[in-house]
Amino acid sequence: MTVFDIAKSFGLETRAGKDHLDEEVTGGYASDLLSDVIAHSRKGNLWITIQTHPNIVAVATMKELAGIILTGGREPDPVTLQKAEEEGIPILVSPVFTFELVGRLYKKGISGLSPC
Amino acid sequence: MAEAEENIRFHEMFHIEGGNFTNAGAISSRVKKILKEGGFPGEIIRRTSIAAFEAEMNVISYASQGKLSLFIMPNFLKVVVKDEGIGIPDVNLAMREGYSTASEKIRELGFGAGMGLSNIKKNTDEMILTSKSGVGTHLEFVIYLDKQAKE
Amino acid sequence: MKLREIQDILEAEMVTGDADLEKEIKYGFAADLLSDVLALGRGSGALTLLITGIIHPQVIYASNIFDLGAIIFVRGKRPTEATLQLAIENQIPLLATPYIMFETCGRLYQHGLRPSISKVKNG
Repeated sequence: MTVFDIAKSFGLETRAGKDHLDEEVTGGYASDLLSDVIAHSRKGNLWITIQTHPNIVAVATMKELAGIILTGGREPDPVTLQKAEEEGIPILVSPVFTFELVGRLYKKGISGLSPC
Repeated sequence: MAEAEENIRFHEMFHIEGGNFTNAGAISSRVKKILKEGGFPGEIIRRTSIAAFEAEMNVISYASQGKLSLFIMPNFLKVVVKDEGIGIPDVNLAMREGYSTASEKIRELGFGAGMGLSNIKKNTDEMILTSKSGVGTHLEFVIYLDKQAKE
Repeated sequence: MKLREIQDILEAEMVTGDADLEKEIKYGFAADLLSDVLALGRGSGALTLLITGIIHPQVIYASNIFDLGAIIFVRGKRPTEATLQLAIENQIPLLATPYIMFETCGRLYQHGLRPSISKVKNG
């Protein structure tokens, strides 16, 4: 499944990185703690968080993540958006909260353990 | 607004240590306990606790220290939070939901999502916020006990 | 579902002891940022499981403010001693699972745990 497929399936709006949605998703990673994401996320993971500040782009770039989904109706900071466009990191948004979004992604076959 | 001594049913003041994230919520938990023991309605307890929690988190996140005072009056509850710290340069901006000036450290510890002041406003009946950059912030909020007081 | 079932699903340890295994939980809320816990709606608190990676006392205080049902620590984390003591004092059951947040939420959702709060109103 690509980021585009997921955005479409779940009705998620894309706020940045529209040209980079072809990335294949290897799994999901949910965490709001940057140090934790840096330590444990894997290349190609879709990162689910409520953090909206520019550092999330740096982390996503560093770890070569497929994209970031902000939950609970959060919107990225303007600087975050700018950086995401520069780095080609997709940022999607969801009005639904983390527990539910992850639950639904999981049901769809996106795993927290291994490539899907 | 000074409270007439004879009207105060209960008053307690708590010290909040700035930067002490580990115990964030300790003071508002005590406020909640007091209100529970006082037999106030669940909704009143909930709203006051939430507002106190947010206020406490702001002091911890941004100030060097602060004091939270709980006043129980015949018709309302009042909480006053005064802190010494960097203050809020733009109160209107700070009141916007999602706006946050939290440092990396604050975020890493699990805070700083930027909902604080707007959450206080949502849960209280009256709110006054004044601040002086580089000096500190003064917050007061009121929760009516008597619904009629609202009108 | 009971905490006992959650324990099985997530290969979790009941950190505060077995006394609470029969406790009923209906909802899940996942947050590492505690200020977001305040997004929880009213009423469902007591039946809500907080799913978090923060192991410090502030999670207990936050759970106290919202009368949350139980807390589970993910990513193999265990609560600090101070946190554990506070949980016992406040009668909040603590669990710990080796699974990461994503897997934890996924499994619980699949087994029927529902979100304690659905959409953001003006989201």
